[in-house]
Amino acid sequence: MLPEAEIRLGRERPRPRRLLQRVNIGDTSFNALLWIFAGAVLLIAGVIVFSLWATARPAFKAVSIPSFIAGQNWDPVQESFGALPFIFGTLVTSGIALVVTVPVAVGLAIFLVEMAPSRLRPVVSFPLELLAAIPSVVYGLWGIFVLVPWLRDSTEPLLSVTLGFLPLFRGPPLGFGYLAGGLILSVMILPTIASVSIEVLKAAPESLREAALALGATRWEAVRVAVIPYSRAGIVGAILLGLGRALGETMAVTMVIGNSPEIHASLFAPGYSLPAVIANEFAEATSSMHTAALAALALILFGITLLLNSVARLLIRAVARGPARVAA
Amino acid sequence: MKKMAAILAMLGAAAFAAESLLITGAGATFPFPLYSKWFSEYNKMHPDLKFNYQSIGSGGGIKQITEGTVDFGATDAPMTDEELSKAPDVVHIPTVLGAVVIVYNLPGAQDLRLSSEAVSGIFLGKITNWSDPAIAKENRSVKLPDKAIAVAHRSDGSGTTAIFTDYLSKVSPEWQKTVGAGKSVKWPVGIGGKGNEGVTGVVKQTPGAIGYVELAYASQNKLDTAMIRNRDGAYIKPSVQSTSEAAAGMEMPTDFRVSVTDAPGKGTYPISGFTYILVHRDQKDAAKGEALIRFLWWAIHDGQKIAPSLDYAPLPSPVVKKVEGTLKGLTVQRKPINVAGS
Repeated sequence: MLPEAEIRLGRERPRPRRLLQRVNIGDTSFNALLWIFAGAVLLIAGVIVFSLWATARPAFKAVSIPSFIAGQNWDPVQESFGALPFIFGTLVTSGIALVVTVPVAVGLAIFLVEMAPSRLRPVVSFPLELLAAIPSVVYGLWGIFVLVPWLRDSTEPLLSVTLGFLPLFRGPPLGFGYLAGGLILSVMILPTIASVSIEVLKAAPESLREAALALGATRWEAVRVAVIPYSRAGIVGAILLGLGRALGETMAVTMVIGNSPEIHASLFAPGYSLPAVIANEFAEATSSMHTAALAALALILFGITLLLNSVARLLIRAVARGPARVAA
Repeated sequence: MKKMAAILAMLGAAAFAAESLLITGAGATFPFPLYSKWFSEYNKMHPDLKFNYQSIGSGGGIKQITEGTVDFGATDAPMTDEELSKAPDVVHIPTVLGAVVIVYNLPGAQDLRLSSEAVSGIFLGKITNWSDPAIAKENRSVKLPDKAIAVAHRSDGSGTTAIFTDYLSKVSPEWQKTVGAGKSVKWPVGIGGKGNEGVTGVVKQTPGAIGYVELAYASQNKLDTAMIRNRDGAYIKPSVQSTSEAAAGMEMPTDFRVSVTDAPGKGTYPISGFTYILVHRDQKDAAKGEALIRFLWWAIHDGQKIAPSLDYAPLPSPVVKKVEGTLKGLTVQRKPINVAGS
């Protein structure tokens, strides 16, 4: 908008008033168009929330919202609905995914940007982007045929022997369960977090690194005091993008999580996630109460994403102030 | 420009030539392979008649026929009284039967025999080991391992689950009391797999697993299936014939909304059910209505011969006779048509 106006100003040099007027016609219409586009986003989001709310209302009439959220029983035959097992499963699988992936992805990004020879970068980043292009149903199949047997036969028995004193790693090794869901998600969100982190780290000014090195810092110290503080906000943003994908992932999770609406302390136990139950039961939900309960779950999922996003924005704002403090 | 006009003219001609009847339907996924075969066969005989069927699930089929957005719906489980009260003129036309079979992963144990007590006990979580006497006493010739049973069930709502849980509710009062029957239920134990392929995936990947899938899916994928003891005490291998028998010995109500699980008869496989096409009793559109009724007439006669090759169980002849009566009772713009005379 602005540069175009300047170019015209430079070329024609007519009387300023007429120019302003002419620019304004194009400007205002373009402006209006952009307002419409921006408004459309709000409108679409609003319509989605409203129609979900309208569909979900019978469920909230039958039980209050807090008791729906805290309810642990999901029985479509008796029409008794509670959302907690699904909320729990969604948060646990996404949590596992972040715990596993964040160190790997950020470490990978630091290695590629700061340490590795620059020729290595495309060799690694091409397959990394390929990972992002694999459809989730393919991840799910891979989960059933490779990940689940591996978890059942070697990893889970090993974990229960070594870390079995924690309730997290107890119980029969089934393969299907929270752990399988979380690990599938961790592979799926790796490319998102890693490639955004790479871009963010690349954006850190060279002068910062050089300054740190000139002051006698080792390579690691330069990364730690100069590069990472500068990129923190961006890395948090990358992690959030990954989390967003993990929260909403449906197909791959439902194929390996075991689809059992119960809450277990053990990560080996089968669980269920919000998107999975919606996808599984919506098509054949005939009673209006069942449909309403599923729409209510969708609203809760929407709410969780909204909540985490807002928290994340606050977090970004907090860490964005970080470098200044470090510098001072 | 000339070229353009020529293309437009050709398109116009094509549109004119293709001006034919289009009958739309939506609903169950289970009979979809058979229905698409029927539609293409019928289309060969009646080139001016086309079908568009969307397999969106039984729930969607019932919804759409109730709202009148399709010419016919399709469902695996009959409509409930509550659903029928919203669409009182909808008629159930049974088309074929499907069976639910028990599949398991127990190397070396072929032709496992299961009584209804064993099946319900396993899925209730009461029988947890393959060496349990309830299984062992029926399988003296099979060496059963001391292995935990891993139960697999469908996680998506489905007619298959409806038939299976209906069977369990009939044979086990405890199941009826604690779980009940439906397309989605609260399973006491086990892992949920999405679709037949999901359950098969769980069963194949988990030694000691047991699950249930459609007969057609099991026979196409050559899965080990269990023989189930029927009401008359015989152990029956699931097959197209033993499934058809289930409907033969059953007292049929006029609206066909009946469960045929645990049906009497010596050769009856006990876990099966009808799948239905739903139509309005009075067809509003003259041409489409008549074509649809004639197609249904063909489907319950010549169409039945195609069914076994796709692992669907054809309707037994007493049921065909009864459906004939229902089809003769359908009207087009309040006038009956001579469907049998075509």
